[in-house]
Amino acid sequence: MENIIEVKNLTKKFGHFTAVDNVSFNIRKKEIFGFLGPNGAGKSTTIRMLTTLLRPTSGDATIASHDVVKKQDQVRKHIGLVAEKIILYDHLTARENLEFFGRLFHLPKDEIKRRSEKWIGKLHMTEWLNAQVGTFSTGMKQRINIVRALLTEPDILFLDEPTLGLDPQTTHMIRGFIRELNNQGVSVLLTTHDMLEAEELSDRIAIIDHGKIAASDTVENLKKRAQKENPTLEDVFLAITGKEIRDVTNGRVATRGHMHGPIRANNRVR
Amino acid sequence: MQTIFDLWQIAKKDLLEFRRDRLRLITFFIMPIFMMIMVGFIFPNQNSIKNISIGVVNQDNQSVSQGLVESIIDLKLSGDNPAFVVKDYSNIEAIKDGIKKQEISGGLFIPSDFSTKIAQSEQTEVTVVEDQSNPQISQMVNQVLVKIIDGFSGQLGQQKINQILVGRASANTSAQSIMAPIQAKLIGIIPGNPNYFEFVAPGIMAMIVMTAVLTGLAASISREKEQGTLDGILISPINRLAIILGKALSQSIRGLIQGAIVLLLAFFLFGVTVHGSLLLVALLLILGIFSFVGLGILVSAIATEQETATQLLFMFQFPMLFLSGVFFPILMMPSIMQKIAHVIPLTYAITALRKVMVLGAGFGAVRTEFLILLIFGVVTLTISVPVFKRVITK
Repeated sequence: MENIIEVKNLTKKFGHFTAVDNVSFNIRKKEIFGFLGPNGAGKSTTIRMLTTLLRPTSGDATIASHDVVKKQDQVRKHIGLVAEKIILYDHLTARENLEFFGRLFHLPKDEIKRRSEKWIGKLHMTEWLNAQVGTFSTGMKQRINIVRALLTEPDILFLDEPTLGLDPQTTHMIRGFIRELNNQGVSVLLTTHDMLEAEELSDRIAIIDHGKIAASDTVENLKKRAQKENPTLEDVFLAITGKEIRDVTNGRVATRGHMHGPIRANNRVR
Repeated sequence: MQTIFDLWQIAKKDLLEFRRDRLRLITFFIMPIFMMIMVGFIFPNQNSIKNISIGVVNQDNQSVSQGLVESIIDLKLSGDNPAFVVKDYSNIEAIKDGIKKQEISGGLFIPSDFSTKIAQSEQTEVTVVEDQSNPQISQMVNQVLVKIIDGFSGQLGQQKINQILVGRASANTSAQSIMAPIQAKLIGIIPGNPNYFEFVAPGIMAMIVMTAVLTGLAASISREKEQGTLDGILISPINRLAIILGKALSQSIRGLIQGAIVLLLAFFLFGVTVHGSLLLVALLLILGIFSFVGLGILVSAIATEQETATQLLFMFQFPMLFLSGVFFPILMMPSIMQKIAHVIPLTYAITALRKVMVLGAGFGAVRTEFLILLIFGVVTLTISVPVFKRVITK
């Protein structure tokens, strides 16, 4: 099957720290690719390089056959990004937000309207289109954020923890929506810390740790690696990445013996 | 063309976002009002006077008038420094032009019949031309000049009395020509007497507009970085230049609105009159903003957080506030501070605005400031735009 993303020996260094270390993987067209890893493993840095937001130190990556460094504008036409932080302006209404981001992609107003309406109804946000985003709950914001990412009718959608902090109802709705998008032919790169979500949605999974791909396969094949009866994806994940707690400060990762020593609550840094 | 479309989208979004943020909007309007009222009632005192350039027209050029000019040249009020640096001018209009261009801070006109009238025991008159753009300096210059003239006049009167006493001069002279043979007449360039507020209003306007643009631009970019919305802009196929220019445009529009508020307040609340062209005032403000945009971009490129950007800018703004001559004339500062003042673009914007607003100067008189602001803007933008582009996609 044809690949939508091809990554070869991709590396990103920040000074002496190597955030992504010689990573290679492919994502097939119409595939949901689970990209898992502990905090600070290099998931978001990889996504930022693939979405042209960061320049790789070395290595190659193409999206729809366009080089992410040399053909940035071409790449940008094929991608949609739902980043960890919601990309919407609180003081603008949902409609104004969608219009603004659509205009940045040089879409005419009626085309933005047509494309938005296609998804807004499915995500039950039609009645909130003229309300300011700042008044929305996290779940409502995330739904508009996904519509924003879909304005370009992307071939590949990057979803960086799309259900983080959402209630079970919204999570359920968004998971269903991701599946539906995929059925319509959109490839998805999904990062999540929810192993059930990853297992439920992903066709294939790559596990990244300390900037390196530790394993990459289908969920079934990964499970076969675990030396345990009826293993869950979490068992596989812990077997591969270990049980040490990762302390991440300013992008640097330190491992710590499982449950030993004081652990700061707010240590989730990308 | 596409870049212009893109930058307008960014600017429009920024302005809309700004309009919706009530607190920011309230501060936006209150800040200039607060500043104007606060400053409008401050009248500082000060008393040092040295190396002040003044223009002299001596149409008489006889020994008596030369004596008067020499006593002005020889005056020392602060250590060994002469109080005045005297420059020769051909006529009173040339002195007025010199003041408009801020080459001199006042002038003295001695008419051609000066010596003749004194010799004929008649009262004569010299004219002191004021620099109304600078009430503090002009008040001191006038006082000192009038004092010198009065002193000189007193000496002539004494000589006259001595001559009468020894019988070398006729006693049939008017009392006036003995008591005060020289009269000093004060004239200005524009009618009326400008107050301290007229001096300070152009400075406040420039300062409010430029610092608002500087902090606004840096805060706006770093806020988007912090909130993650900049990523949404950066993954679109628009030119990086359009992002910066769009942000600069929205800040400039806001800056100009604030400038207009200051001007209206100055007009209605403090009776300030703009003697020059309003168009030139607007043009100078735009150019002032242009000279600051590069610095704002540079700070926002370096600062990763809004707070860092604000702190960094405070480092620039604080000295600028005191050194650019907003409240105190640069001429009164120690020479090292005067040198620093001359590398701050705000100084030039304020000087030019003062010339146009207070003295009614035209484009010709502000050409130098115009050029310096333009060069400053071009240089800082040439440095900051590539830095910004590099930093946002590390």
